[in-house]
Amino acid sequence: MKILTIGDLRTVRSEAVKKLMLREQSDSTVSEGSSGLDTGTARMQVLVCGGTGCKASSSRLIGERLKERLTEKGIADRVDVITTGCFGFCEKGPVVKIIPDNTFYTQVTPDDADDIVNDHIIGGRRVERLLYVDPKTGQSVSDSKHIDFYRKQMRVALRNCGFIDPENIEEYIARDGYSALADSLLHRTPEEVIDEVKRSGLRGRGGGGFPTGVKWGFARKSVSDVKYVVCNADEGDPGAFMDRSIMEGDPHSIVEAMAVCGYSIGSSEGLVYIRAEYPLAIHRLKTAIGQAREYGLLGENILGTGFSFDIEIRYGAGAFVCGEETALIHSMEGKRGEPTMKPPFPAESGYLGKPTNVNNVETLANIPVILTRGAEWFSSIGTEKSKGTKVFALAGKINNVGLIEVPMGTTLREVIYDIGGGIKGGKKFKAVQTGGPSGGCLTEKHLDIPIDFDNLVAEGSMMGSGGMIVMDEDDCMVSVARFYLDFTVEESCGKCTPCRIGNKRLLETLNKITDGRGTEEDLKTLSTLGKVIKDTALCGLGQTSPNPVLSTLNHFHDEYLEHVRDRKCRARQCKALLTYFINPASCIGCHLCAKNCPADAIIGDVRKPHVINPDKCIKCGMCMARCRFKAISVS
Amino acid sequence: MEERQITLQIDHHFVTVPEGTTILEAAQKIGIDIPTLCHIDLKGTCIRNNPASCRICVVEVEGRRNLAPACATRCTEGMVVRTSTLRVMNARKIVAELILSDHPNECLTCPKAGNCELQNLALRFNIREMPFNGGELSPRKREVTASIVRNMDKCIFCRRCESVCNDVQTVGALGAIRRGFNTTIAPAFDKMMSDSECTYCGQCVAVCPVGALTERDHTNRLVEDLADPDKVVIVQTAPAVRAAIGEEFGLPAGTLVTGKMVAALRELGFDYVFDTDFAADLTIMEEGAEMLNRLARYLDGDRSVRLPILTSCCPAWVNFFEHQFPDLLDIPSTARSPQQMFGSIAKTWWAEKMGIPRERLVVVSIMPCLAKKYECDRDEFKTDGNPDVDYSISTRELARLIKRANISFTLLPDMDFDQPLGTSTGAGVIFGTTGGVMEAALRSVYEMYTGKTLKDVNFQAVRGMQGVRRATVDLDGFELKVGIAHGLGNARHLLDDIRHGRNEYHAIEIMACPGGCIGGGGQPLHHGNSAVLYARANALYREDAGKTIRKSHENPFIKTLYSEYLGKPLGEKAEHLLHTHYFNRSVQ
Repeated sequence: MKILTIGDLRTVRSEAVKKLMLREQSDSTVSEGSSGLDTGTARMQVLVCGGTGCKASSSRLIGERLKERLTEKGIADRVDVITTGCFGFCEKGPVVKIIPDNTFYTQVTPDDADDIVNDHIIGGRRVERLLYVDPKTGQSVSDSKHIDFYRKQMRVALRNCGFIDPENIEEYIARDGYSALADSLLHRTPEEVIDEVKRSGLRGRGGGGFPTGVKWGFARKSVSDVKYVVCNADEGDPGAFMDRSIMEGDPHSIVEAMAVCGYSIGSSEGLVYIRAEYPLAIHRLKTAIGQAREYGLLGENILGTGFSFDIEIRYGAGAFVCGEETALIHSMEGKRGEPTMKPPFPAESGYLGKPTNVNNVETLANIPVILTRGAEWFSSIGTEKSKGTKVFALAGKINNVGLIEVPMGTTLREVIYDIGGGIKGGKKFKAVQTGGPSGGCLTEKHLDIPIDFDNLVAEGSMMGSGGMIVMDEDDCMVSVARFYLDFTVEESCGKCTPCRIGNKRLLETLNKITDGRGTEEDLKTLSTLGKVIKDTALCGLGQTSPNPVLSTLNHFHDEYLEHVRDRKCRARQCKALLTYFINPASCIGCHLCAKNCPADAIIGDVRKPHVINPDKCIKCGMCMARCRFKAISVS
Repeated sequence: MEERQITLQIDHHFVTVPEGTTILEAAQKIGIDIPTLCHIDLKGTCIRNNPASCRICVVEVEGRRNLAPACATRCTEGMVVRTSTLRVMNARKIVAELILSDHPNECLTCPKAGNCELQNLALRFNIREMPFNGGELSPRKREVTASIVRNMDKCIFCRRCESVCNDVQTVGALGAIRRGFNTTIAPAFDKMMSDSECTYCGQCVAVCPVGALTERDHTNRLVEDLADPDKVVIVQTAPAVRAAIGEEFGLPAGTLVTGKMVAALRELGFDYVFDTDFAADLTIMEEGAEMLNRLARYLDGDRSVRLPILTSCCPAWVNFFEHQFPDLLDIPSTARSPQQMFGSIAKTWWAEKMGIPRERLVVVSIMPCLAKKYECDRDEFKTDGNPDVDYSISTRELARLIKRANISFTLLPDMDFDQPLGTSTGAGVIFGTTGGVMEAALRSVYEMYTGKTLKDVNFQAVRGMQGVRRATVDLDGFELKVGIAHGLGNARHLLDDIRHGRNEYHAIEIMACPGGCIGGGGQPLHHGNSAVLYARANALYREDAGKTIRKSHENPFIKTLYSEYLGKPLGEKAEHLLHTHYFNRSVQ
C-alpha cells in the first residue's frame, strides 16, 4: 500500500509487528527446551541465512527443501520459512534458526531438511548433530545466545541482519523502520537532525573516522540548486564484507538513512556506488528501493511533507581506490577512477561539481537507530572519542571466522579469544592486521588495548573499514607485509609518484628480502621510503599504503633482521631461505625421496644415507612429506 | 567585489596575496622558487595542468600532518610554510629519485637533453646516484607518426599532454590508461596515435617536460639533401619562425631575427631561401576572393551558400574538423595553406621558369608547427607521388641544425630573401599570430569589396589573446561580422554553434594552437611562460608595421604570378594548384 501519512505508516507497522511478534518474543527470551507442533506450539518459523557465504553453500536449496517437506506434511500454513541476511557466524554456515525455541543449527545441508521437519518442527526434538559444539566444554549449545561468538556482541548496525527478511519492507517497518525518516520529516528541522547525529558522536565507518554530523553540516551549508547523497558501497579491503552483509541483510536501513541525509543536507537525489561484484547486495538493494517507492517512502512528496527523494544505483568495477570519495565521484561521472586534491571537499564540489555528501554503508546503517533511540543512547556506547559499535570481519587463523559487531572499546583479546574462539589448531597468536592494506599489524602486547579510532592510529594501525586478519606463528611477517603491498601496488591508480613508483620499489625491496637477497641497508630503505610515501602521497590510499611495512618493521624488526642477516625465516614461509637436509642417522636409504623429487636433487645409493643437492633443490617439500622415517628436516 | 587579501609566512617572510592564491604563486611573488614538475600554468591562455600528482613541489605547512603540494594548496590566513627544511628536501629528492628509477638512462641520445625539466631537477637536487636502480621499468609503447614521436618509456606521467589534448584542445586523443605502475598515456584502448583523433597540433609536445613526446626529426634527411649536388634544395620559412628562433640562441623572446635566419639558411647550403609569407599573400588572394564570392551570392539570396567561411591555413585545424565535424566539410575555405600553395607554385611556375625538373627540386619548409609535417605528406598534395613540399622541419630542428653546423647565429649579418618567392607584405607576416589571417584578409577584402583605399590597415579589434574574439567591420555600409578563435577548444564552441544554426558570423579565423602559430608545437619551448607568446606576437606586428607594402594584393610578385601564370583568383589554374578538398575522417 502507498504510505501517504504518518497514520498510514503506523497502520502498516501495527500489522507488520504482529507477524514479527513470534521472532521478537523468542529473541528476548532464552529458551532451554525445544518445541514442535506436536508438543503444542501453534506457529513456528525457520530462519535460513541468505547471505552470500551461506548461499554459496546451498542455503537457498535448504530453504526450498524445507518448504517442500512442510508442504508434503501439510503444515506449510503453520510454519514459515524465511530467508534472512547474514547471521555473522560464517565459520559454521549455512545457519538455520528455529523460532520460537531459538535452536541454532550450524553447517546444515539440504539433506538435513527431512530431520529438521520431522524431528524438530513436528516432533519437538532437536537434531543434535546439527547443534553447535562449544570447543571449550565439548557440550552442544542450542540457543545462539549461549554461544561465545554472540555473547559479547552488540548488534546495532547489524540489528536486523539475520532477523528479518531483507526483501520484505513490512518486516523492516515492524522494527521501527522508516520511523526515523517520518519523525525527521514531520517533527524536526534539518538542523535538528544534523545536531542529533553530531551529538551521537558517530564517526565515518569507511576508514577515515570523520564525524558524520559535521560532514552533513558542511554539505548543508553549501548553497546549490542540486545536491547529492552518495552511499559508498565500494567495499574493497581484502577479507572485509561488513557493508555487503548490511546491504544483503538490511537494505532498507540504507535507503532510509540516505533519505534522512537528503532531508538534512537539502538533497533530493541519492546515489549508491556499489561494486558490481556484489550481485546479491545489488539485488536486495534494488528490491528495497523498488518497495520503498511502491510504499511512497521514496519518490515525490514523501509522507505529504513536500520532501522528495529518490535513489539510483551506480556500479563500480572493483577498483580499491574508488572507495576514496573523490575517486568514487570521478568514477560515477564516467571519468578515470582516481582521486583529486582536497579541498575542494565533496561537500563543496562533488558529483558533477555539486555539493555531495558521501557516507559509507555501515555509517548510514547507524543513522536510523541513532534517530529513533537518541544520540544519548548511542553515545553511551563506546569510548570517549569513538562512540557506538563497530562491525568487524574476522578472518585468518581464527576459529570463528565471521562477521561480528562489538562496542567501541572492546579489547582485541575479547574479540580474538572470546568471540573469535582463539587461534586455529591451538597455535600461538602472532599478530592481527586491522584496517586492511591501509592498516598495520598489532601484536601480543596490544591485545588489551581498547579498540577505537584513535588507539589504533596511535599504535601505527587504523580502524579502516573493519577487516581483521589474524595471524599465527606460521605466518612470516615480511611475507604478510609483502602480501598487502602487492595488493596496494595492484590497486594504485598510478596518479602520484610516491604511490605509483614508491610502492613498487618498496615491494621490490620486500621481494628481495624474502628471496634471500636482502641486506640491512634494505631495511633502512624500507623505513625511509615508507615514511616519504606517507608524507607525500596524494590520497588516503597512498598515504597509508606503507603502514603494513612500517608496522611489521617496527614490531617484528628481529624477524626482518633474521631474513637479511641470517637468511632465516622462522615461519618457514620464505622458500628461498629454507634448506632441506637429510639426517644420515635416520635415513635408511629407501630412495623414496629421490624417486619423488621433481628436481632430481637427491642422490644416494640404496640402503645408504641420501643427500640433497642444495643447488638443485627447489624447496617444494615433497621429500619431507614422503619420507616415512622422519629423516628429512628443514631449517 | 574587492578580493580578500591573505597574509601568510613563507620561510620567515611575510607575504600578502589575494584569496585563492596557491603557496607556489605566493612564494614566486617573493622570489622563492619552489621546484615543480607536473604543474604548468600559461597565464593568459587556457593551458593549465594542475593535478598535484608529481609531488615534487611539496612543502611543510605548520599544523599539517603530511607535506602539502605547493602548486595546489591554497594559502590561508596565518599559514606558516617552510619550503626548504630537511624533511622537505629529503622528500623531494626521494620523489625525484623514484621518477628517475622508472626512466631510461638515455640522456645522451635523448632529443630533450639539455632542455629537459627532469634533468634539471636531478641536477638541482644533487642526485649523484640512483638508489632505486635495478627496479622494473614500466612497459610502455613507442610510436613514430608523421609529426610526433612517442617514447612513452620516458613518460613521467605529469599529464600535461592529457590536459592540453582534452581540456584545451578538446581533441581527446591522449588520456591515462591502465593503472598503478603500468599506467601510461595513450589514445583510448591503447590505439596508435595515428589511428586516433590526433590532429598533430603538437601542443602535447610543447608542454612535455621530458623526451616522451617529441617532434619527428628530419634534419638528418635535410643534411643529406643539402649535400647532394644533383638536387636543388629550396626553403620557405613561416612567419612565426623569425619571431621565435632567436630564443634558441639566447636572445630575448620577441627578438626579430628575419635577416639572420635568412643568412643562416644560406650558410647551411640552401640554393634559394624563400618566404612562406609570399604564399600567405597568395592565400589572401584566393581566400579573399572565395569569401567575396560566397558573400555576394549569399547577399543575392542564394541559400545554397553556407556561411561563415572558415580559414583553412592551419593543418591541425583541418584535421580537427575532418575528424570531429565531418558534416561541416563545405564550410571551410578550399584554399590550401600557405605552405602547400608555396610548394605547388615552386614546383610549377618557378621550377618551369628556372628549368629545374620536378624530381631534382627539393622543397623544404621551416615551420613553427608539427602538423605541417603531416600536411605535406597528404596524398592530395602530391603529383605522381612527388610531394609539393618534400618535408617540413620545425623551428627547434632548424636551431639544432644551425648549432650543429657551427654557425654563430647572433653574429650573422642580416640578409634578404631570394626573389620572386621571397617578397611579401605586412599582411603575410601577421599570419603567424592569432587574428593575423583575418586582419590580412580584411585589408584586401575591404578594398576589393568597396573599391576604396583603406586608410588605416591596423584592425586592432581582431588582435589580442582572448580565446574567442568578434568584430564588426564596416565595408562601406555593409557590416561584415568576423570571429577569431585560437585553441581547438574555442574553435569547437564556434563550430557547435554553427552546427546548431546559431551562427552570427560571415567569416571566422581559426588557429589550432593557443596564440596562433607563434605558440605552435614546433616552436622553442615556452616552459610555461606566457610572456614569451605575447613578445612573439608583438614582434610580428612590429615587422608588419615596418613593411612598405602591407596589403597582400599589392605584392608585386603576386601580381606577376597572376598575370604570367595563374590568370585570376579562383580561375581554372588557381583552383587546380591552390585549392583542395576535405575528407570525412571521423574515428569510430
